[in-house]
Amino acid sequence: MALMKTVVREKNVEEKLQQHSEENVNVFKAKGLNLWYGNDQALKNINLDIKKNGVTAIIGPSGCGKSTFLKTLNRMVELVPIVRTTGSINYHGVNIFDTSVNLVELRSSVGMVFQKPNPFPKSIYDNVAFGPRVHGIKKKAILNDIVEKSLRSSGLWEEVKNRLNESALGLSGGQQQRLCIARTLAVEPEVILMDEPTSALDPKSTLKIEELIQELKENYSIIIVTHNMQQAARISDKTAFFLNGEVVEYDDTDIIFSTPNDKRTEDYITGRFG
Amino acid sequence: MELDAQNRSESEKISGLKQVTKEKLTQKSFKANLLDFLIEKAFFVFGSIAVFVLLLILYFLIREGSDALREVGIVEFLTGTRWYPSSPQGAGYGALPFIISSFMVTTGALIIAIPWGIFTAIFIAEIAPKRVREILKPVVEVLAIFPSVILGFIALVILSPIVANLFGLSNGLNAFTASVILSVMALPTIISIAEDSIKSVPKDYREAAYALGATRWETIKTITVPAAKSGIMAGIMLGFGRAVGETMTVLMAAGNALNMPVREFFGVTLPNYFSSVRTLTANIAIEGSDVPWGSLHYSALFVIALILFVITFVVNLTADILISRQRRKLNNE
Repeated sequence: MALMKTVVREKNVEEKLQQHSEENVNVFKAKGLNLWYGNDQALKNINLDIKKNGVTAIIGPSGCGKSTFLKTLNRMVELVPIVRTTGSINYHGVNIFDTSVNLVELRSSVGMVFQKPNPFPKSIYDNVAFGPRVHGIKKKAILNDIVEKSLRSSGLWEEVKNRLNESALGLSGGQQQRLCIARTLAVEPEVILMDEPTSALDPKSTLKIEELIQELKENYSIIIVTHNMQQAARISDKTAFFLNGEVVEYDDTDIIFSTPNDKRTEDYITGRFG
Repeated sequence: MELDAQNRSESEKISGLKQVTKEKLTQKSFKANLLDFLIEKAFFVFGSIAVFVLLLILYFLIREGSDALREVGIVEFLTGTRWYPSSPQGAGYGALPFIISSFMVTTGALIIAIPWGIFTAIFIAEIAPKRVREILKPVVEVLAIFPSVILGFIALVILSPIVANLFGLSNGLNAFTASVILSVMALPTIISIAEDSIKSVPKDYREAAYALGATRWETIKTITVPAAKSGIMAGIMLGFGRAVGETMTVLMAAGNALNMPVREFFGVTLPNYFSSVRTLTANIAIEGSDVPWGSLHYSALFVIALILFVITFVVNLTADILISRQRRKLNNE
């Protein structure tokens, strides 16, 4: 918010420089984003700058549009055929809704981890190697390296290194979710979108994923949707509070959870609704 | 007062219903138990009857074919190339031409129908716009209930002249024509079952693949179709069953000549798809109606039926084992 205000105030001064530095600070910049499912408007005039690296949490009650917003960032939302959007999301100086945008490129640099662990019905190895293979890597030695590196990054390597050729469906729920994270890391994304990644997991597995997120945020920009407010408070640097398709408040996580500006944020955080 | 009493007894009744007692927890309804028992047994009986009928058919085939099996021997049936069952001197009971013919026609039909069917199934399930799908699916289903005699007639009067012209043959009724028309018959089975299994692949897999940057075709090729593999295999197996067992269409399209449908190509004996062939099924249909009851010829036809039964059984069993082994491997059971 503060940054936005500065931009407005110093609009005329050093505009170029500002833009340049902004690209280093922000990975996504949503401007006037509206989204409809048929006739139902799910996102209303969203203006949100998402910081590079670190963890941005999106919280809000069910149906507030938080997942929709997340899926808009890699345009997965378009798998629903009746979706319509206006406005823009700037990513590396390109509006991702532009017709010239290569979805394969966008989705391989903006990875996604889903709510329900969804490994493919293939071996552990083939799950991780899927992305690199799709992007044209065929050499076994390179694939081996990528698979090991990705599994190490997701903290799964020690648990599965002796059974890489076994089916991924034999892993526990928490292991499956870390496998899905490894699978996402294998395509070397810049951003990782996480859609309530721990809501189907037990507390122990949740803790592991949260620790993993803390490690990954050094190198990746992570945007996480969660309905668990303690989780948002624990792991995120910035928090956006969504309500009825609008961003009510967006600020540092500390501020959102200690001294929120908006009454509605306070009500939600203190559990008065939602 | 009266009303009060009534109310009280009502409320007592309700609280009585809600009260959990040791008696209630341990008491079992005789009626419910009996019903459970009967239903379970009924399912068992119906299931057993199906198996029993199958065994009965097998027994019947063996019993009726035993005369020929004893006098001619199974080796002569499987390797002999001459079939002259009613010839007074030098009778031959070689069923090899029929076996090869059935094999050729079925394989030919599947070579055409498998890729065609799978691609159509993928198209209907994954690519076609809703309106196209709504037209295509019923059309395919109608094809499945198309009377085989009509397809045979089409092969006879339309397809065979085309084949004859195209390849410069004097007679268009041959294994190739039969394969083509049989593939049309096997197609609907393969399409509907493959389409169902592609459709039932969880949406999650597709989403994950798209999110990793896979294109639609890559997702279909590497995720959706492999995940639907056992269903697709089941469709192919049923298509095989349809093709190998089909009688009327082949009878009309294949020419029914009694010769070995092979030809030398540069010193190698290969099946010749442009020769007129008679399949196992067609032979039973042609000769079955006027064979003297109880004769050796009669018994020999049952041996042919037995061979057909064994082929279908073995192929289906093998496919079943392969499919379930793969499923076990995938689900880590």
